Formats: sequence, C-alpha cells, structure tokens
Amino acid sequence: MSKLTSKTAIQWLFKMAWRDGKASISRLLLFMASIILGIAAVVSIQLFSENLKDNIKNQSKGLMGADFIIDSKQLPSKKVQAIIDSLGANASEVNFVSMAAFPKNEGTKLVKVRALEGEFPFYGDLETAPASAAATYQKLGGALVDATLLLQYNLKPGDSIKLGKLTFPIIGALKSIPGTTAISSSVAPTVLIPFRFINETELLQQGSRKEYQYFFVAPPTMDIELLAKKLGPVLDTENADIDTHTSTSARLGRSYDNVGRFLNLSAFIALLLGCIGIASSVHIYIKEKLKNVAVLKCLGATRKQTFLIYLLQIVGIGLIGGILGSAIGVGLQYAFPYILKGFLPFDIQIAITATPILMGVTLGVLMSVLFALLPLLGTWYVSPLEVLRGTDDHLVKPRKARLFTLAAIILFIFLFSFWLLKDAVNGLLFTVGILITFAIMAGVSSLFMKAIKKYFPSNWGFTTRQSLLNLYRPNNQTMVLILSIGLGTFLISTLYFTKDILLAKTSVENRTKDPNIILMDVQNTQKEAVINTIIPKGLEIIDNIPIVTMRMQRIKERLVNDIRQDSTSEINSWILNHEFRTTYRSELIASEEIIAGTWVQQMQPGEPILISIADNIAKDAGLNIGDVVVFNIQGVLMETNVGSIRKVNWANLQLNFSIVFPAGVLENAPQFNVLTTYVPNDASSADLQRDLVQKFPTISILDLRQIFTIVEDVLNKIAWIINFMAFFSILTGIIVLIGSVRNSKYQRIKESVLLRTLGAKSSQILQITALEYVYLGMLGSLVGILLSLISSQLIATLVFKEPFIPSVVPFLVFLPGITLLVLLIGLSNIRSVLKSAPLEVLRKEG
Amino acid sequence: MSTKILKIHDLEKTYTSGSKKLTVLSAISFDIEKGSIFSIVGPSGSGKTTLLGLCAGLDHPSAGSIELCGSNLQDLNEDERALLRNKEVGFIFQNFQLLPTLTALENVIVPLELQGEKNAAKVGLELLEKVGLFDRVHHYPSQLSGGEQQRVALARAFSNKPSILFADEPTGNLDEETGEKVIQLLFQLNKEAGTTLVIITHDLDLANRTQQILRLKGGKIMSNEKTVAVS
Repeated sequence: MSKLTSKTAIQWLFKMAWRDGKASISRLLLFMASIILGIAAVVSIQLFSENLKDNIKNQSKGLMGADFIIDSKQLPSKKVQAIIDSLGANASEVNFVSMAAFPKNEGTKLVKVRALEGEFPFYGDLETAPASAAATYQKLGGALVDATLLLQYNLKPGDSIKLGKLTFPIIGALKSIPGTTAISSSVAPTVLIPFRFINETELLQQGSRKEYQYFFVAPPTMDIELLAKKLGPVLDTENADIDTHTSTSARLGRSYDNVGRFLNLSAFIALLLGCIGIASSVHIYIKEKLKNVAVLKCLGATRKQTFLIYLLQIVGIGLIGGILGSAIGVGLQYAFPYILKGFLPFDIQIAITATPILMGVTLGVLMSVLFALLPLLGTWYVSPLEVLRGTDDHLVKPRKARLFTLAAIILFIFLFSFWLLKDAVNGLLFTVGILITFAIMAGVSSLFMKAIKKYFPSNWGFTTRQSLLNLYRPNNQTMVLILSIGLGTFLISTLYFTKDILLAKTSVENRTKDPNIILMDVQNTQKEAVINTIIPKGLEIIDNIPIVTMRMQRIKERLVNDIRQDSTSEINSWILNHEFRTTYRSELIASEEIIAGTWVQQMQPGEPILISIADNIAKDAGLNIGDVVVFNIQGVLMETNVGSIRKVNWANLQLNFSIVFPAGVLENAPQFNVLTTYVPNDASSADLQRDLVQKFPTISILDLRQIFTIVEDVLNKIAWIINFMAFFSILTGIIVLIGSVRNSKYQRIKESVLLRTLGAKSSQILQITALEYVYLGMLGSLVGILLSLISSQLIATLVFKEPFIPSVVPFLVFLPGITLLVLLIGLSNIRSVLKSAPLEVLRKEG
Repeated sequence: MSTKILKIHDLEKTYTSGSKKLTVLSAISFDIEKGSIFSIVGPSGSGKTTLLGLCAGLDHPSAGSIELCGSNLQDLNEDERALLRNKEVGFIFQNFQLLPTLTALENVIVPLELQGEKNAAKVGLELLEKVGLFDRVHHYPSQLSGGEQQRVALARAFSNKPSILFADEPTGNLDEETGEKVIQLLFQLNKEAGTTLVIITHDLDLANRTQQILRLKGGKIMSNEKTVAVS
C-alpha cells in the first residue's frame, strides 16, 4: 500500500529531496541564478511602478498646488470670466516665455515668467532660499528666480533681473514650485513675479504665446470631478479648460507609460530568458538524476514518490530563488528614484509593499515548476530497467502530458505578458510572436541538419567532417542549442532594437551650419530692425518664417462646437481645441514630402484657398483632399480646402508646420515672425542675445546649443535606465547560454574521450569541438538577430508607434560576441578531456 | 501452502524495431524454491538480464506469466509492483548503483524509509557494521572503493529483509580477491536472513556454489539442473 498520505512518508520525501539536493547544490546554481535575475527584474519594476502610482496619487494636490485649475491661452471670454467669478478663484497667474536680462553681468536667458496674484500654492511648497522669500516677494514687489539659473549667472538675492521694460530686485532663489520638472525648468527656468507689474513690463502682446491660469481651493464637500464633467464642455467651447488635481495626476501617470512599458518589457524578457534558463538547467539536472530515479524505483519507490522528490527540490529552489530575487528587487528599486530624478516633478518616497514581493516569490515557484515540468516528466516515465540496461533508449516520451505542459507554459506566457503590459492584444501578440519565433528556429535548425546531410562535403578533412557530423548524428544537440542560443539572442537583440526606437524618438542631431538661434515673437513692425541688428554682426538670417495663429471653426460641414458635443465623432479632441500656429510659403522644405494632392505655391484670385496639411492632421481630423476647413483667425473666419497632404519629418529640431497656406493669403493677417540664424560660439551668442534683449525686450530667444546639451543629458539618463534594465536580460541570457551549452557536454565528453582513446591529438579534439560550437553559435545568433528585426519592426509600429531604423550593432557585436561565448563555454566543457587520462575522465563522468 | 517463491510459465519477450521482431526470450518456464540459492548462466546476449528484469517486475513480458511471492505480476500496475519490490525484493547490481548524492548509511536505509520504518538508521548501522563499514557510514559512494561500494549495496539489499534477492553479476566489476570476499559476505548474510538468492553470472565457479543452475542460450533454456552446492 502506498503510504504517500501518511506523515512519515511525506517527511521521507522532504528528507530525500534535501539529501539529494544538498549534494547537487552546485548543479542547481545555474537554475537558481536564472530565477533570481528574472524575479529581481520583475519585482523591482513592479514595486517601483506601485510606488510611482502611490506617490502621484498622494501628492496629486501638491503637484498641482490647488484642487483645480481653469486655464486659457487667451484672456478669458465673458462666459469663462463669469464661471471663474462664480467659483471664486483663490489665485491666478499669467505665464509666458520671455527673455530675461541680468544687469549685473549683462547676461540674458530665455525664462518662463509666472506672474502670480494670490497666495499660490495652496498645497505643496514654494521652496525658496531664503525660506522667507516665498512669503515676502509679493509684498516687496520682487522676483523669485530659479535657483540653478542664479548659480549659472553668478547671481544672488539682492541682484536684479530685467523682464521687458521693468527691472525687479531678486528676492530669493526658487528651489521648487508645484508642477515643474527639472527638465522643463532647464529649458526655460521659472521666474515668479507679482501679477500687478505685468502691464508695466509690456511683455504681453497680441499673438504672443501665454497662458492664463486660475487656481481654486475646493470646499471639502465639493465633487470636483462632477464639476469638471459639467464645466468641461462649456469651457471647451470658449477655448478654456478645467484640470483637477486627480485628472492631472492621472495624466502625469500616463506620461510615464512609455518608460513603464519599456521597463515592463525588459522585465518580461529577463523573465522569459530566466524561464529558458530554468528549462535548460533542469533538463541537465534531471538527465543526471534519471539513473537515481531508476534505482529508487528498483528499491520500491513509486512513480509519484520519485516525481515528488525532484518536484520538491524544484519548488525549494524556486522558493529560495524567488525570495532572493525579491530581496534584490526590493534593493534595486531604491536606485530608480536616482535614475529617474530628472524626469519626475516630485520626490519619490519608497515604500515596501507586500504584493510585489509575494508575487515575486509565487512567480519564482510557479515558473520553476512550470518550466521544469517537461524534464521532470522524465522521472515519472523512467523505467527501473534503466539500472540493468544503462541506456535511456526505452524512455517513454509521454505525448499527452508533454502537450498539456506546453499548453500550460503558453498560457503562463500569455497571462504574464497580459498582466505586465496591461493589454490583452499586446500580450497575445507577444505570446504568438514568441511561439512563431520558436517554430521558425526549430524549422531553421531542422533544415540546417537536412542540408548538411544532403550536401555533406565528403572530401573535407577529418576534423571538419567530424564537426559537421556532430550536428546531425543521433543524440545531436543542434535543435536544442540553436533554439536556446537563437531565442536568447532574439530577445536580447529585440531589447537592443527597442532601446534604439525609444532613443531615436528623442534624438537630435547637432549639425553645424544649421540654425542654432531661434528668435520668436518677432512682430512685423520689429522685423526689419531685428534683421539690421543681426546682419552687421556678420551673421546671416537663415529662416524668416511668418506665423499666424488660428483655430478650426468648422470641419467639412460641421461646426467644431457641434463636433465637441458628439460623443460618436471620430475626430481627435485635440484638433478641436488646438490653437494652430500656421505659416504661408510657396515652396516645400527639406523635411516635407507630398503624399496626396498637389502643392499649391500661390493662391489664384477667385480660386478656393488650397492649404497643405500634415498626415497626422489628416488622420486625426478625418480630412481628405478637397475637404473644407474653416479657420477662425483671431475673429475672422476663412474658408479653405485641403489641397495636399504632407508627410513631415518631425524628428529634427526644425521649424515644421502641420498646416501651411499658399503665398498670397495670410500676408495681411495678424502675425509674428520667427527668425533663425547660426552663431559660431558662446561669445557671439551672448553678444547677439544681449543686443537683442536690450533693443527688443519682447522677443524670445532660444539658444539651441543649450537645448542640445539638455537633450543630450536627458538622452544619457534614458540610456542609463535602458542599459540598466538590459543588463538583467543580457546577464540572464549568458546564464541560459552556459546552461544550454553545458547540456551538450555529456554527449560530447564521451565521444571526445573515445576519440582520445583511439589516438586523437588534443588539437584535433579541440578543432572538432571548436568548429561545432562556432557553427551552432553563428547560426543560432544570426537567426535570432534576423528574427528580432521583424519583432522590433512590429514593436515600433504597434507599441511605440515610431519608425524603426535598425542599428548594425547586433550584427557587429552580438553575432561575433555570442558565437565567441558559445565557443568558449563549449571548449571549457572538454577541458577535462584534454587535461586528463581517458580512463580517469570516463570514470568521473560515469 | 506453496514452497515456490517464483513461478515462471511459458515466458516470452520480444522487441519490435521498425517492422522487425526480435525474440529475446521464448518458452521459459521454471520455479524457484523458497530459501534456495539459484543461478542463471549463459553467454552474452543469451537473455539473462532480460529474464532478471522480468522476474523482478522491472519489465513486462510479451507472453507468459510470472508469479512472485504469491502475486501474479501481470495483475499489478507499476506502483503495485514497486511496492512488492520494496517489501519482498532486494537487488545487487554489477555497477553497485548506489545513489551518488546519498551517504553510505542513507543509501542502506532507503528501502526501510520507503516502508516508513522508524528505526531505519539503527538497522542501517547494524548492517553496515556486519559488512565491515561502520567507520565509513557517512562517506559518499565516490569516497569508497569498488569493493566497499558493493558491500554498501549488500547492506542495502538486505535492509528490508527481502524474501528474494536478485544479484546481477555481483562480482563483475571487482577484482578476484575482492569479488570472493563480497560473495562470501553475500552467502553469509543470505544464510542468516534465510533469503532466496538468484544470481546471474558468467562465472561458472560461482554458479557451481549455488543449489540450482539455469543455463540460457539464444533466449531459450538449455538446462535447469540441481547441483551439489559447495558454498
């Protein structure tokens, strides 16, 4: 009678699992390492994501500084003003970018001016140095200036800052204000001034970009979401907007989604590689144990008992791996706030929550068991006869059980990718992608073996023939190795290409002789005088672009206000609320290409006005060639027709426009100009900016060389995060590789020893082995890289919606690198054969 | 009550390789008396190991019947056969087949622990003392010589007090002197325990020390004779 249910029998199973496992601990290390790395990646990312969400939620009021805000890009209309008055705004501001001058050292800088009225912020802190400055700047009529800006220009409280026509005393350094990130403030650092001085600065002009914000503190009983729901549509029609602290924090959460998606993808890949590592190392482990299982069965152990002994070991290792991985993951997430510091508008408070840790430990056990099941099944079906026969020829391969296990593995991959990516379709695509990749690799290795067999080069030398023979003889490891090398390379290359896609999204080229100074908000009346300031300095005007701001009034036959009310409309809402900055010109520029219709250079009298729109506008507004769009140009309505659709390369920092009018239409409309020039160095940039700010205080000057530095810094930070995560996957990949190649060790060692016994020289054995692993390494990694090109293209299109231009790095680095790694691990396997006497090796290897 | 511990009737074993059938054993019938010492001899490929595997329930016959310790093996499933082995059968193998990850003592007590025996360690230590390995109880197989490993295997084979013990070429991997010591130990332990012993061997001298010899050739019984045992 089976005593499995009795306490003693269960105790014995644990005892046997421990006895056997402790003697094999070194062999289980690869297995444990795979789990630890995969779990560490998942737990650290999950914990950090939870912390990020919690922090955004907890600090949502502090991030905004108020309960809700009503904002408008223009002075509020009567209707909007009435709403603001009825709700009783607690504070307000107008903000815009402008040039600031520092009389102390004649420095100039583009800044974001926030002219505040009232005691903002109501939540969170206005941190200043000295701390009292936050409370006194309004009363004293001075400015609070971004702390970094003060340092850069060697300024301190007591110095002065000139904004437009007015010079303010600097009351203090502004260290933080709700809702500003380090990155946004490094492009245009914030300067706070009291609102009452704004008119005296004369910086607010018709057409210049500005934003009016009204801050509200809601009574505790007010349902601000309901308020936003009711007021939103009304404000929309008046080109105003309401933001609540909760909607802002939700939007903020979403804005980190791309980073989050990438991190999750990295974790997913590290985990998948870990799973391959588990399957591969357990395969070796169980293969070594099958004889023990047969002996145990001879001694009377049942199938269930022998299966459970090894299952318990796997569960134990999974549990330990899960705990260690979770512990490492917990430690790692403390690093994330430092890595992401520049991206976040608030400090992250790290808290340890139980869920991701529990999930990590459960996942460790689950994935260990699931991916170990296939090899573990061998223990169930091994016959005790193996003890007498000493071969596994009669080992039954249970078809049903294997299929069931494979189905469970596929389900696990899908459920896990779904859980990580929070999207069933993407999860399914990933799972199907992995399966197809697997199938293609299996097909390639099968074809490879057949091709070698068919076109076997019989006239080659002994060692080269022998190495090729190894690839298709019975018990060869070709399929297994190509699958694991290929899949590992595929996942790592996909990660690398994905990193490329993400980085390309933000990449800029700092080309010489292209414009690096942009002058914005140049009024028509100032244009000539500005040009006459630039030219005498030996600089040339590269672009002189007129800009007319307008909104869409009617799209095809429907008023925009009507479309807003229509919940079934497929027109993207940003189109309805956006203030378009358009231009007019007769020529296409280098970054544009007509993809439909005809480009119209000059409007013909009596003909309709044929405009050119960018493809994203055509898509989001549902416009085609010939469709009518009526624009509201500061009160004047203008009917146009879509004459052409352009593809615009937005990737460069260049003046591109989504809507371009032909010449002869907008010349007399209210407009401002953008001029660009190229300055060769810092000194001439400072000289030009100083002169322009002195003469034309309302003009904003953007020094692209500074922007390039900032963007580069951002890119470096992103690259650091990506490399940090890719490190996990690559490390796991190497472990998988070691596991897979070790897998083939047992087959090759016996053969090598036999060859040695028959008189083969070390160099011959070395050559045979080296060539075999080079073939396998090259083919596996090449197939992996080629397949990753396809998967990356799909990721670029479906997930990140970005173009994909593959890098050559995987071909130049991964292909030779992985091949070399396979070769080294392969050769290390036969080191014992080359160093010892044949009989000694045979005895040791059994 | 029958005095036969093993009854084999018209046993046949064939293997199929593609469309070809290979008959390894055919028309094998014999009985073994309880408490006797029995040997099976024959040249390589005569079917000795296959016959041992079938007798111990390690494999299924293609035809015929096997009754071991009163149980018809055909009527038992895999786990029931394992249980029967655990209670009634002991094994000694040419390659010792100790579990490399277990110490000598742990190897010896596995069959007892499978039965849920609480005093397994005490019994194991006594057996190891009997085979002269009391000072090596915590050594792993890789730390023992071939003769010592086979002595551990002997202790393990007798640990569950089997009714029948199958020994497959027990001295095949040992030098003559060590082999002789192991055989003497095997016979001594067998005598003390009153176990039925079935030995498969090439060694006719060893076979002649058993009470009955079954000669196999080409998968068939050539003779089945009683001897004058000289152990």
